[in-house]
Amino acid sequence: MSMLGPVFAREFKSYFATPLAFVFIVIFLFAMGAFTFYLGHFYDNGVADLTVFFGYHPWLYLFLVPALAMRLWAEERRSGTMELLLTLPVPLWATVLGKFLAAWAFAGLALILTFPIWVTVNYLGNPDNGVILASYIGSFLMAGAYLSIGACISAATSNQVIAFIVSVVVCFLLTISGAPLVLDAFRGWAPLTLTEAISSFSFLTHFAAITGGVIDLRDVIFFLSLIGLFLTANMLIVDLRKSG
Amino acid sequence: MIEIQNLTKRFGPVTAVANLSLVVKPGEVLGFLGPNGAGKSTTMKMVTGYLAPDEGSARICGHDIVSDTIAAQRKLGYLPEGAPAYGEMTPRQFLHFIAGVRQLSGAAAKAATERAVTGAELGSVMDQPIDTLSKGFRRRVGLAQAILHDPEVLVLDEPTDGLDPNQKHAVRGLIRGMAKNKTIVISTHLLEEVEAICTRAVIIDQGRVVVDETPAALAARSATGRLDEVFRQLTTRDTAGAAA
Repeated sequence: MSMLGPVFAREFKSYFATPLAFVFIVIFLFAMGAFTFYLGHFYDNGVADLTVFFGYHPWLYLFLVPALAMRLWAEERRSGTMELLLTLPVPLWATVLGKFLAAWAFAGLALILTFPIWVTVNYLGNPDNGVILASYIGSFLMAGAYLSIGACISAATSNQVIAFIVSVVVCFLLTISGAPLVLDAFRGWAPLTLTEAISSFSFLTHFAAITGGVIDLRDVIFFLSLIGLFLTANMLIVDLRKSG
Repeated sequence: MIEIQNLTKRFGPVTAVANLSLVVKPGEVLGFLGPNGAGKSTTMKMVTGYLAPDEGSARICGHDIVSDTIAAQRKLGYLPEGAPAYGEMTPRQFLHFIAGVRQLSGAAAKAATERAVTGAELGSVMDQPIDTLSKGFRRRVGLAQAILHDPEVLVLDEPTDGLDPNQKHAVRGLIRGMAKNKTIVISTHLLEEVEAICTRAVIIDQGRVVVDETPAALAARSATGRLDEVFRQLTTRDTAGAAA
């Protein structure tokens, strides 16, 4: 476990060593605000809650989180530091987990910085802060799931642009896997159980359940197991690449 | 102590390293020579655990690099080809990260870092981002990283590449100074380097050991006593033989 610390710390600090952290956080906050107030008509709704705000999270994450994840492994591969990293006495799981947790913590920081909207809504009315807290937790879990997908795909390539585009597509399909666009491709030939299984992967469904104010253990487990699944795949990809 | 046994690596149809066996004992400085593409770097990548061998095994101080990777890598200091490092970090931050990964902390980390910094003569650039350093300094950052934990086994891939004559002299002095109780393998294109610091010269060509003897014995093969002549004879004859 002591191996996790240095890997995590280096990765987390690396976001701040370049303008990346600043640019990401500014754009994240700006987009959150713009979506909520202009597209979501936050004021016009006349309701003191953050449903509109959280409703846009999956769509923003869809583009911003892969941008955060794309460099995780692709950059190491391109610059050659992968060879350094993998010949240091750190177990592979610790490297994979440390890098992922650093990116997740960074995403969490960006999320925490949206707190002015929480202050605003409390100033305007009496929202259910329990629901808001649940939604924040749900949003954080969902960001982690997107990140794990991005990290896994980043491990498969040394090209950050490819990592970004493929991640966006995979995340998009998982986000809307409950929608007809995805399900119609399976209906008609695939067994019903498969179609239902695919539809149950929908991020939107699981996230909506949490933002409804109920943290159902099943939704939490869904996101956590998805993270576990993709990080395991991430490990396997890095390990497979070793055999050249 | 490095024990390499029947090490083989293929990349598609190309056999990069073919059935290579070598034992390097403490106190030895082995100069690994060969034309570009002879398999020097591939061998080093396998010995340090970055690439998995297709056949054969490598042991570092008795620890198998494939089955007991972490224990083997703890004993090992490795300067990969091109001396990769995290460019956005300063040497100070970078060596701090390496010390953390090597599980050195507090006074031990400080002493180890100081020793490595002095050895690699990095003092003047400790707080500049590695990206902004000259090739020579970057190489020395890589060297400092490799010797930080005072490892029993050192594997250095072209440690003096890109250094000016004074720096080359200093690095060779550093390697010679450490040679007494360590097992050192360096790869190089510079035959004068072999004469200057190595106790043993191994020439490989097309993944096979062609010569394994002392630099003096190697030089004695030629009437003029010049190593580069011997090198040319040995490696070009082999290439011609393989092509025919």
